Amino acid sequence: MFAPFILALRTAGLPASVTEYLTLMGAMQAGVANYNIDDFYYLARTTLVKDERFLDRFDRVFGTVFKGLEPPDGIAVENLPEEWLKSLGEKFLTPEELAQVQAAGGFDKLMELLKQRLAEQKERHQGGSKWIGTGGTSPFGANGYNPEGVRIGQNESRHRRAVKVWDKREYKDLDDNIELGTRNIKLALRKLRRFARQGQATELDIADTIRSTAKNAGSLDLKLVPERHNAVKVLLFFDIGGSMDEHVRICEELFSAARTEFKHMEYFYFHNCIYERVWKTNKRRMESSLSTFDVLRKFGPDYKVVFVGDASMSPYEISHAGGSVEHWNDEAGAVWVDRVTHHFRRFAWLNPRPQKSWDHAASIGLVRQLVEDRMFPMTLSGIEQMTRELSK
Amino acid sequence: MSGFKSTDKYIASRDLEVAVNAAVSLQRPLLVKGEPGTGKTVLAHEVAAALGMPLIEWHVKSTTKAQQGLYEYDAVSRLRDGQLGDERVKDISNYIVRGKLWEAFESDTPVVVLIDEIDKADIEFPNDLLLELDKMEFFVYETRKTVRAKHRPVVIITSNNEKELPDAFLRRCFFHYIRFPDRETMELILQAHFPDVKQELAREALNVFFKLRDVPGLKKKPATSELLDWLKLLMIDDLDPEVLRSKDGAAVIPPLHGALLKNEQDVHLFERLAFLSRRGG
Repeated sequence: MFAPFILALRTAGLPASVTEYLTLMGAMQAGVANYNIDDFYYLARTTLVKDERFLDRFDRVFGTVFKGLEPPDGIAVENLPEEWLKSLGEKFLTPEELAQVQAAGGFDKLMELLKQRLAEQKERHQGGSKWIGTGGTSPFGANGYNPEGVRIGQNESRHRRAVKVWDKREYKDLDDNIELGTRNIKLALRKLRRFARQGQATELDIADTIRSTAKNAGSLDLKLVPERHNAVKVLLFFDIGGSMDEHVRICEELFSAARTEFKHMEYFYFHNCIYERVWKTNKRRMESSLSTFDVLRKFGPDYKVVFVGDASMSPYEISHAGGSVEHWNDEAGAVWVDRVTHHFRRFAWLNPRPQKSWDHAASIGLVRQLVEDRMFPMTLSGIEQMTRELSK
Repeated sequence: MSGFKSTDKYIASRDLEVAVNAAVSLQRPLLVKGEPGTGKTVLAHEVAAALGMPLIEWHVKSTTKAQQGLYEYDAVSRLRDGQLGDERVKDISNYIVRGKLWEAFESDTPVVVLIDEIDKADIEFPNDLLLELDKMEFFVYETRKTVRAKHRPVVIITSNNEKELPDAFLRRCFFHYIRFPDRETMELILQAHFPDVKQELAREALNVFFKLRDVPGLKKKPATSELLDWLKLLMIDDLDPEVLRSKDGAAVIPPLHGALLKNEQDVHLFERLAFLSRRGG
């Protein structure tokens, strides 16, 4: 019954499976959710979403799929609770308007007016999906009672609440402006290494065992140490040329730091956006270029991918086939970024431009979406966040 | 259905109630994530209290192995007993030490099991518990017998998101992300914890608290538990709410800020801001 919903979620990239769908059905059957859309929304969310990273995407899909349900039937204006109207009035009245209210005959009079107005509105908006319009008039000021205004009703009537919940999209951004030097980067990148003795105690430490057995007056005391395993493999993609020139120095620093930190590390260059070919040496890009498909085939999903680039370009270079400034690309840059991010389990995008300016370039927004918001500024804290993300 | 609801001590949002009730009635683990200090661990206590079941807590550390939750075979003491010629040594089951999950499975009444901070353990930890949590049974190799749960326990798992959990594990869980409470909810929470707090003090404290959370660049934002600690201190000191009110919107360092800011960089940052706004004003 909700199959289209699940399919829409999967199309949006949410890993919901048949198992979860069945669980949801089971929960519905068990009567966990009352028969209202709020509860259904919460239940679907707790069943289908398994990571807070997907919550926003879920909200968007839910909003689209169940759009028709959005204001549930509504309540007759005559039945509007008194307090509700009161809070609506209180919220939206400026002092001048309050003076007008006094002139018009006090609060009750105003409530009458408001009720009337709402009734009129309902008639005018009969066919529409929202029963409160945006065009308020005189006693209620320019803001009128727009759909936003309905929110203040949430204490009394829960009708719009869920809509509000999934319409509200929250992101948080912190910025940290510590300048980066080679040393700093090294510190941060070192976290990526899993050389450190980590994991479970599995190897017998003979020296320590002998020592502590002796201490124990001869009764055996086994000592174990974690097994050493070097699991980190990194693949770097550098944006080179064009708007990146000013960032080349800082990229070189990251590069030199990275080089000494990893044993399994490969790097490739691209320009602006990744397309069907990448190259190993920038000077001889024609001869040294190789197909991105080959790169995907050669390196397994366990490689951790880092893009380094300012993602500043014309949006067409990402969104359209043939948008590249250097050559004719048969497939849009977005398709290629998608391909890379789907192949590798962990990836991140490091952006040398200050985080404050990210909102000014449309292309940065596009790329951020493509890499699922895993774009980090090239500062110490940014790199720290990135390494945390990569080593999860 | 007698389910889990907000109590006078613990304010649960409706979505949390739905998530808990879904997990309880479908008998699947509930994975709870959220900022530190938003009441993830407390939730398990409240669920246990609401359902009237005993709570078995299993706190996970970086060295914890999945096996420890089931049972451990104490080979060393058996060896020692063997050296001393103890009779107990003949029966291996004398050296099987029961873990928290075994305890929960053996219990005659249904219990709530809390697996706290599962992300602290090794990456393989959740994978090693897949079958155990799914079937609620496990096999003891040493004694060759299967331990089956008499009643499927209610399992609540918390995570601070330090490590990604494997997909196969997530598939078997319900998931809930505790969002940071908004102001109204926070007022309810304060009410629940300090019913006799002076209204004015609570209001001013909340103002300061939410302003503090809005300061950009804080390493550790204060959360609910910090607010509760701080307010308790304020009440013990019987502070005048006037002190908390900022003069003409200028940022001031709140009194007893040690309860709110847990990081010296944050305190520095805040002092700098306060200084700037004093100079600006």
